[in-house]
Amino acid sequence: MQLFVFICAGLMILAGAVGVVTRSHPVHAALSLILTLFGVAVLYVAQEAEFLAAVQVIVYAGAIVVLFLFVIMLLGVDKVEDLRVEPFRLQRKVAALVGGGVIGLIVFAAISSRDNIGQVPPAQSDAVAAVAVLNPHDSNIRSLARDLFSDHVLAFELTSVLLVIAVVGTVLLARRAPKSNAETST
Amino acid sequence: MSAVAEPTTTWYLVLAAVLFGIGTVGVLVRRNPLIMLMCVELMLNAVNLSFVALSRKLGDIGGQTTVFFVMVVAAAEVVVGLGIIVAILRRKPNATSDDLAELKG
Amino acid sequence: MLDVVWLIPAFPLAGFALILLFGRRLGDPKAGYLATLMCGAAFVVTAGVFFDLLSHSAEEREHVDTVFSWVPLGSLQVDMAFLADPLSITMCLFVTGIGTLIHLYAVGYMHGDPRFSKFFLYLNLFAVSMLLLVLGENMLVTFLGWEGVGTCSYLLISFWHERESAATAGKKAFVTNRVGDWGFMLAMFFAFQATGTLSYIGVNEAAGTMAQSTATAIALLCFIGAVGKSAQLPLYLWLPDAMEGPTPVSALIHAATMVTAGVFLMCRMSPILDAASSYAPTIIAIVGVATALFAATIAVAQNDIKKVLAYSTVSQLGYMFLAVGSGAYTAAIFHMVTHAFFKALLFLGSGAVIHGMHHEQDMRRMGALRKVMPVTAATFIVGWLAIAGVPPFAGFWSKDDILLAAYDKSPVLWILGLVTALLTAYYMTRQVIMVFYGEARWHDAHEEHGAHGDADPHESPAIMLLPLVVLAGLSIVGGGLNLPFSHTTERLAVWLEPVIGLHESETAKVPLAVIATVVALLGIALSVMVYAKHKAKPVEPQVLAEGWYYDRTVSRFMGGPGRKAFDAAAWYDATVVDGGVNGVGRLVRGTAQRIRTVQSGNVRNYAAAVGVGVVLLLAWFVVVRGSL
Repeated sequence: MQLFVFICAGLMILAGAVGVVTRSHPVHAALSLILTLFGVAVLYVAQEAEFLAAVQVIVYAGAIVVLFLFVIMLLGVDKVEDLRVEPFRLQRKVAALVGGGVIGLIVFAAISSRDNIGQVPPAQSDAVAAVAVLNPHDSNIRSLARDLFSDHVLAFELTSVLLVIAVVGTVLLARRAPKSNAETST
Repeated sequence: MSAVAEPTTTWYLVLAAVLFGIGTVGVLVRRNPLIMLMCVELMLNAVNLSFVALSRKLGDIGGQTTVFFVMVVAAAEVVVGLGIIVAILRRKPNATSDDLAELKG
Repeated sequence: MLDVVWLIPAFPLAGFALILLFGRRLGDPKAGYLATLMCGAAFVVTAGVFFDLLSHSAEEREHVDTVFSWVPLGSLQVDMAFLADPLSITMCLFVTGIGTLIHLYAVGYMHGDPRFSKFFLYLNLFAVSMLLLVLGENMLVTFLGWEGVGTCSYLLISFWHERESAATAGKKAFVTNRVGDWGFMLAMFFAFQATGTLSYIGVNEAAGTMAQSTATAIALLCFIGAVGKSAQLPLYLWLPDAMEGPTPVSALIHAATMVTAGVFLMCRMSPILDAASSYAPTIIAIVGVATALFAATIAVAQNDIKKVLAYSTVSQLGYMFLAVGSGAYTAAIFHMVTHAFFKALLFLGSGAVIHGMHHEQDMRRMGALRKVMPVTAATFIVGWLAIAGVPPFAGFWSKDDILLAAYDKSPVLWILGLVTALLTAYYMTRQVIMVFYGEARWHDAHEEHGAHGDADPHESPAIMLLPLVVLAGLSIVGGGLNLPFSHTTERLAVWLEPVIGLHESETAKVPLAVIATVVALLGIALSVMVYAKHKAKPVEPQVLAEGWYYDRTVSRFMGGPGRKAFDAAAWYDATVVDGGVNGVGRLVRGTAQRIRTVQSGNVRNYAAAVGVGVVLLLAWFVVVRGSL
């Protein structure tokens, strides 16, 4: 069962990713993104991170992609990008090299260390020992909350500040320039 | 059912790696700034996936906390990024990232 | 008083600074009086130091006054320090004394010149440099003064720089001096390498222990420097041209002080010279006597009143080097002092004549001036008798000491010295007759070019006559410094002995003195017969008037092959050196241009670069370190 779920979700993810990269119409690309995000949410559930799966769907797929679509509509990006033309001759070859390199190397690393996952080098064992002890009977959200509001409360507060800054900054950035009576808008 | 292979953590890591690679290629190849931003989201999701997988394997909830923060920051980043794109595209409609080369040295 | 030896150069230095700041405001004549006052103050301090030294016993007459540590560089420790001993104080006395007199004279001579204060600025700077040269405790301070006097000589020779000949003469003096300075610098390097110090006390003490070849090298290299500075063969050619400068400059720098610096240096380094192999002093003596004779022959045929004196100076300096080469350092210093008296007198007198003749310098257009300028004539005649070597004037005693030493060295040198003495008497008498006696030839000249005013020649103002009278007095009694009759009357020799040693001679002095006097009188008589009584035709061949064509030969060489060498050096500098330096610049620019293309401004290119970096980093981790 696990395997079946994994394979379906994996296919969704990869299909969506390839769609984002290859579709020339931005709206199609956004929809492919939703497919990917949904697949990732499924895998979160499979990994018993239910809260994160919910957050993924609500925030990522529900807010961020919607934002993307708003901007696309707002700016009326009708002219689609022509993917057959590439102004820089080397760019696609470099992209292939980089992509292939990254995938290959990480896969290689993952596979060659599959028996050693979780084994910490001796120098760092003291730091790891301070891991929060989980109560195995707590729900995912409870243990996440316990960790978030005890060990990472400072970061939590800072992210709230960050969100405020992001909102204020974006409002400023996206403002239209103030018009005088004589000027016409561009 | 015969004993089929359970997806191990390594499978997840490999999947995350492939997703990351596709996202990278997308950033390098696409010219539309909106789509480039979407590819960055792909890369972030790949990272989140590997965090969650490893968190489960190691029994450490810290990985999921990290994913939580990544999502928050990604949201903020998308907001700001879209604000910038709006500001730019208002002046130059249909601009691609190749047209925005004013920092040329 | 010995502790304030540093005041001696400090006064003229203060004068230099004050005139630099306020010279234009002070103007004519206050700037001149200020300069004279400063020089006079230096003289007073020198006199004080002199008496202080006298109060010490003979062995203790050596005091070092260190002002500050100048070059503290590890093994090379050089201080700005002054050495007050009999030799340096003797030099200081006549430098500051005659300097003050000449400053005073110049106030009158330069009256009306638009750049009056600048002249005194340079004169005071010269005084500082000369005093540094003489008082220096080590070769580097002396070298500082050496270069300083060379610079001031250049500035003052080309003082009237609107005249191209003056500007050229200044450059010629400077460049010729530089050739000699090269020798002095090499001598310094050798001395430091051999003894580890540049201090005179250290170097001279080590003279006994250093290798003879080293001592010879140092001595001869110092002599090369002296040849440049003191205008000996083959580097004398700047001195006649230096007469382009105002007469006080010729008197101070090119008669009394700067040109004696070479002789001073050789005397300072006398222990080294004594330790050198015997051919070194011989070379010096031969160069000295050759120069003396050479210059004397040229002076016979000169018509410019200052050029005669210039060649005469070269000749007398040759005498001094003859003395140095013969080991009689005291005789050289003695002659230096008396020469300073009478040569300065003669130059200042000629300046008075030029001034009175409204800047006419050709002796053929003078004559019978003693009627119009009695004081000038009288003092000039005193100077003439002194230089001719007529007893009891000062020049006789000093020249006699030199001839005695020359005889001891080699009778040939003595004969050549005698011939030079004959010629000296001859051409000086010629000058006196042409200028002050005979018929007045200046009327025709005035009608000829309707010159600078129709006024007749006149006597100079008192401010210019006073130094003449003082110097005349000194020329008469100056001989008393070192009378050879007994040990007590040889005051100068005794005074200088701790520094430069004593030169004892076995030869009978009286016969040589009589011969010298006879020769001098013979020279005078010959000249009177030719120029006054017109009993014989004057012998002034063109070759002598042109200085044996030496100057022309050197110019042709420098202009011909010399020029090619200079052009080659200039080409090398412009192409190779500059090219190298500029080439580095061009290389950097070119490389930067090429690297600049990386900054395309395009995000995707930058992303690609980042991506490649990431791959490389991952590769390193995975492959080299074995795990991520």
